[in-house]
Amino acid sequence: MKIVIDEDKCCGAGQCVLSAAEVFDQRDEDGIVVLLDAVPPEEQRAPVEEAAARCPALAIEVLP
Amino acid sequence: MTGTQPTTRSQPMGRTCPFSPPEGYRTLREEAPIAPVTFPDGAKGWVVSRYADVRAVLADPRFGANRRRVRPGDPTPADAPLPPPPPGMFIMMDGPEHTRFRRLLTGQFTVRRMQKLAPAVEKIVAEQLDAMAAAQGPVDLLQAFALPIPSLVICELLGVPYADREEFQENSSMQLRLDASHEQVQQAHMAMNQYIHQLAVAKRAHPTDDILSGLVQSERLTDEELAGVGSLLLLAGHETTANMIALGTMCLLGNPEQLAALRADPALMDSAVEELLRYLTIIQYGLRRVALEDVEMDGHRIEAGSTVLASLASGNRDATQFSGDPDVLDVRRPSSPHLAFGHGVHQCIGQQLARVEMKAALSALLDRFPSLRLAVPADQVPMRDDMLIYGVHELPVTW
Ligand code: SF4
Repeated sequence: MKIVIDEDKCCGAGQCVLSAAEVFDQRDEDGIVVLLDAVPPEEQRAPVEEAAARCPALAIEVLP
Repeated sequence: MTGTQPTTRSQPMGRTCPFSPPEGYRTLREEAPIAPVTFPDGAKGWVVSRYADVRAVLADPRFGANRRRVRPGDPTPADAPLPPPPPGMFIMMDGPEHTRFRRLLTGQFTVRRMQKLAPAVEKIVAEQLDAMAAAQGPVDLLQAFALPIPSLVICELLGVPYADREEFQENSSMQLRLDASHEQVQQAHMAMNQYIHQLAVAKRAHPTDDILSGLVQSERLTDEELAGVGSLLLLAGHETTANMIALGTMCLLGNPEQLAALRADPALMDSAVEELLRYLTIIQYGLRRVALEDVEMDGHRIEAGSTVLASLASGNRDATQFSGDPDVLDVRRPSSPHLAFGHGVHQCIGQQLARVEMKAALSALLDRFPSLRLAVPADQVPMRDDMLIYGVHELPVTW
């Protein structure tokens, strides 16, 4: 699993951090998503997919 | 497409249950999820009522956020061009303009920052509960508890003196009244802006560690924009959460088995807060958008310039999205993204703060007053049917 984020789309709503705090964080200056782990272990799949589904700006893509 | 014109309906209004959206939405979801409607002021447009369509509209840049108010008595003719949004009113802006404002603020409201704020919020909550306990009931939970908490917190964050609350709470509430005249709303809006503007001037001379000072120093905003952004945050920061706390409490009191489950297992509070947000969805008339071009949706042609009302409350009761019976409050409901904070790039910027406040407030309230109950019959609680943000005007409780 590999995660790709589109910073330009991100609106800093933080849904990703709520869903998968080990994989996503937000920058202090502007709240934009920070990827802590671009290739997270398989056990993170469910929370990561939840983050992608919740993201209001469709800024997270999960590649197989 | 069959070629038959779909019938125009009226926007569903009037609740049968104080916690549920108007019944008409059930019919709409089943029969006409994308429906041409007549709004209460006579203007024509569309209502989308299913979860998937609400998300689709709110995430689609072909729908603009500078919409008509469509409140009874709005003097702007339905076919007049839309005036530009007032300075700083970024919830009504699209594209790069919107992003410019949003990015100035999102860093202040990150999940991490808001969670760090939890102890300070808990302290505020405890102080309000002390005062309430001393009053020995019955008290109005809205004035004694639900309103002061978010007001104190947003004042602290923004750098607004809480002592001025009477004035800004009055101006906020006027702007959300459905029966207020256009002039009254304008006046309240201007008064709020002037107030923030004058604060900002003071902060320019003596900056402190708050959001307004930060915005003043960033120097990327004009004074008018700064005043607009500040008053928007102040308004949104206390009215919404206050109503979620008060209405959420009333709803739990009306669902004793859910309340008991929550008291028995405080770990359920996170999911209970999400469930209350979903179930009650206080943005009662939904979010309005304007089609910026002709948009084809599910066989319907939504013409450029049409107003589309995305009903958050209706989407949040869509059985195709939520497991079990979405019309039942279930604090153990498995998490599923709800629409209470909207969707798309405008999704509520203060949602993490709202979560922290609701959690702290409800946990401590239930803990401190095990025998909390309504002091009047539930049908005598004055509901906010006349406001853009739903909730209660007053919540008499005792213990
Ligand atoms: S959920 Fe989406 S919009 Fe929100 S911070 Fe994460 S990536 Fe950005």
